[in-house]
Amino acid sequence: MKEIIMIMMSVILVNNFVLSQFLGMCPFMGVSKKLDSATGMGLAVTFVMVLSTVATWPIQHFLLDPLGIGYMQTLVFILIIASLVQLVEVALKKYVPSLYRSLGIFLPLITTNCAVLAVTIMNIDDGYTFLQAVFNSAGAGIGFLLAMVLFAGLRQKLDESKMVPAPFKGIPITLITASILSLSFMGFSGIVDGIFG
Amino acid sequence: MMKNKISIFTKGIIKENPVLVLLLGLCPTLAVTTSALNGLGMGISVTAVLLCSNMAIALLKNVIPGKVRVPCYIVVIAGFVTVVQLLLKAYLPELDKSLGLYIPLIVVNCIILGRAEMFASKNSVADSALDGLGMGVGFTLALGTIGLIREFFGSGTAFGIELVNGGTTPMAVFLLAPGGFFVLAVIIATINWLSKGRAIKKKEIGCDGCPMIDECGGICEKEEERI
Repeated sequence: MKEIIMIMMSVILVNNFVLSQFLGMCPFMGVSKKLDSATGMGLAVTFVMVLSTVATWPIQHFLLDPLGIGYMQTLVFILIIASLVQLVEVALKKYVPSLYRSLGIFLPLITTNCAVLAVTIMNIDDGYTFLQAVFNSAGAGIGFLLAMVLFAGLRQKLDESKMVPAPFKGIPITLITASILSLSFMGFSGIVDGIFG
Repeated sequence: MMKNKISIFTKGIIKENPVLVLLLGLCPTLAVTTSALNGLGMGISVTAVLLCSNMAIALLKNVIPGKVRVPCYIVVIAGFVTVVQLLLKAYLPELDKSLGLYIPLIVVNCIILGRAEMFASKNSVADSALDGLGMGVGFTLALGTIGLIREFFGSGTAFGIELVNGGTTPMAVFLLAPGGFFVLAVIIATINWLSKGRAIKKKEIGCDGCPMIDECGGICEKEEERI
């Protein structure tokens, strides 16, 4: 239990996917202009991350490893994620249309989101057990959601500002904001050891 | 004719530089550029994959059915990424260690899928090869530059050679995540300033150049406007 809390704390705050590992930058910059869409994207990513881990972890440990074809990992994982996303999209559309309306539009964008592929590979590389892997993915997703929501809030304020120098308008000032946000997240480093160590 | 070919090659380096103008592939751009050599190593790996996948897709463009083309492209790209991954593990284990997770992540680099969708699937093999090479060189140069700047400020070295010689303490924050965002911001602002805002016409990262545009039909942008 303690281990699972440690994994989640570390992946949400210390090793935040977006702010310290630069994973999932495209949606972070592209879909964080409004709070609603940032929340939707964050939830959809969390959902797909957990689901892909549930699918890829057993495949790595019960199929690729026993057959000695671990080098097929990249190819197999990306195909699983891509087909899973399609499947989820179709299933949501048919059975839970209300959820589809709020999350569905973000699903096609998630296939090429590197954060999802990264978390599945990381779970294998770090030698997590199935349960730890699932919680690690959930934590990664929540960390992504947290970063998205915080950043969307900042950007909405930023849009109202007229003080930005012309060359910095648009993307550069957004990146500077991300830089400062990431700087403040660095304050969390050591928190896991501090509490549990 | 010749001039045309040259422009296919050079547009990826300056006018349509994938990182600094089109703002694609930001994850590896920021993550691995803690030193110039890492940046160049990543750039060359991506160039190799881009060149091979562009050529393979240009060869297969009449065979791949339109409806399932994106999964087909992903399989082709993932195949080449695995080749690069194994080659790096065998011959450059140190680089492999420092790039780590970001090598398999080349598969989901928007630049590669984007070029497959927008260029290689419509053009001849030779043109696609030139396009892949140009885009790859542009990507490598951008990553090398960012890496060099971060390495110089962050550890006082360039390509591993000591430059400041203890004259001042290097600012290690440049090697960490905030420094990556900051350096990229300043570089893009400089380009904006030098080109008087013309270089990056669409200043926000939007559906321009997004490889999934056909799948989603620009819905993320529309959705933003609606909300």
